[in-house]
Amino acid sequence: MAMNQKKRILGAWITAIVAIAVCFGAAYALSGGPDTPVPSPLTGVYLGKGKKCVAPVSVMRRYHMQFLLNQRTLTVHEGIRTKRFLLTNCVDCHADPKTHSVLGKHGFCASCHEYAAVQIDCFSCHSPHPQRLTAESAITLAPQHSRLAEMVKTTAITQIQSDPVDGPQ
Amino acid sequence: MSIDRRQFLTVGGAVLASVALAPGMRLIELAQARSPDEAVTSLQRWGMLVDTTRCAEGCSACVTACNKENGLQQNVRLDIRPQWIRTVTLRDEHTGYVQTLPMMCQHCEEPPCADVCPTGASFRRADGIVLVDRHICIGCRYCMMACPYKARSFVHENLTDQRANVPRGKGTVEACTMCVHRVDEGRIPACVEACNSDGGKALTFGDMKDPASEIAKRLATQQSEEIRPDLALDTGVRYQGL
Ligand code: SF4
Ligand code: SF4
Repeated sequence: MAMNQKKRILGAWITAIVAIAVCFGAAYALSGGPDTPVPSPLTGVYLGKGKKCVAPVSVMRRYHMQFLLNQRTLTVHEGIRTKRFLLTNCVDCHADPKTHSVLGKHGFCASCHEYAAVQIDCFSCHSPHPQRLTAESAITLAPQHSRLAEMVKTTAITQIQSDPVDGPQ
Repeated sequence: MSIDRRQFLTVGGAVLASVALAPGMRLIELAQARSPDEAVTSLQRWGMLVDTTRCAEGCSACVTACNKENGLQQNVRLDIRPQWIRTVTLRDEHTGYVQTLPMMCQHCEEPPCADVCPTGASFRRADGIVLVDRHICIGCRYCMMACPYKARSFVHENLTDQRANVPRGKGTVEACTMCVHRVDEGRIPACVEACNSDGGKALTFGDMKDPASEIAKRLATQQSEEIRPDLALDTGVRYQGL
């Protein structure tokens, strides 16, 4: 009887130790050093026009949000518009030449964030299209005929599709 | 040969003096151009001078240019249509004299919009341009109430066709940015450009602190006034011929 009890206690200890080890292992893998590979959903996704990103890919994957956050404050409050971490510059390079967007199913930004279940809010205000296209004056004057409006319709950018509110202001 | 305290202070003073000189020297440099990695400073103050005598009734070149430049959709309901610049027509009741003028954010030196903003989203940039940091704005619209010039608009609906350089979105307040994205590139605001090419050449834009600029020269030699000077907001947009 006493023997059985001892065995059970030992079993519980072993289970606990294994569980803790697994947890730490997982935490280590997730927090990872710079060499830990980041799982990537990027199959069939247009990666970008340039040969190299503005920082090593592993750094960009982990820290692009901090770079953007920092840049946004510099740009809005201090007027610093160095191109390196400017969102417009990211979009210009990463927008898929077929859809002209970083959103959509295979969009550079949207596909990865969908995979990671991270909802981004950037493109409710920022344009997901390259500057050269949004500069077209036709957008404002005749939205129903403009090239951009057509593209927005045909590329199913569901995330930012308008959802008219008709209630009181 | 050790230096005593007095000597040390003298040397320190000289070093400090040379450090203090440096910003003064940069003044000249900055008045010409600012590189993209340099922060804006209060050595400049952007401003606009409106000669209302040249502003023709029925002309809306500035308004059209603004809507186009900033991607302000005009195909939405009138009561929620964004408006960064508008033309105001004034009629003298006694004489019948009619006058038009453009009205937009006056880029106040002491902006009431920034005073009342609970989040710090409304702010005045060091070079005098008053902006809304939409990342911080919660859409409370206190600033719209506080602005004596009715210069601000609220974005009521989701947008899809923003200009790349002019991010705008639902739930935030917006107003004339003096085309900050163009100014940072060394260009002039779209309304000024349009008025000079298609309008009555009524608008002058420039650095009011640069004595060599046209606007500073005209402000120094010609009569001009603020709208509602009684509020003492020291506006960056001034008018002539009111
Ligand atoms: S005009 Fe209105 S919005 Fe512009 S700075 Fe003054 S108070 Fe603010
Ligand atoms: S609407 Fe935005 S900018 Fe205006 S007072 Fe509220 S938080 Fe500030």
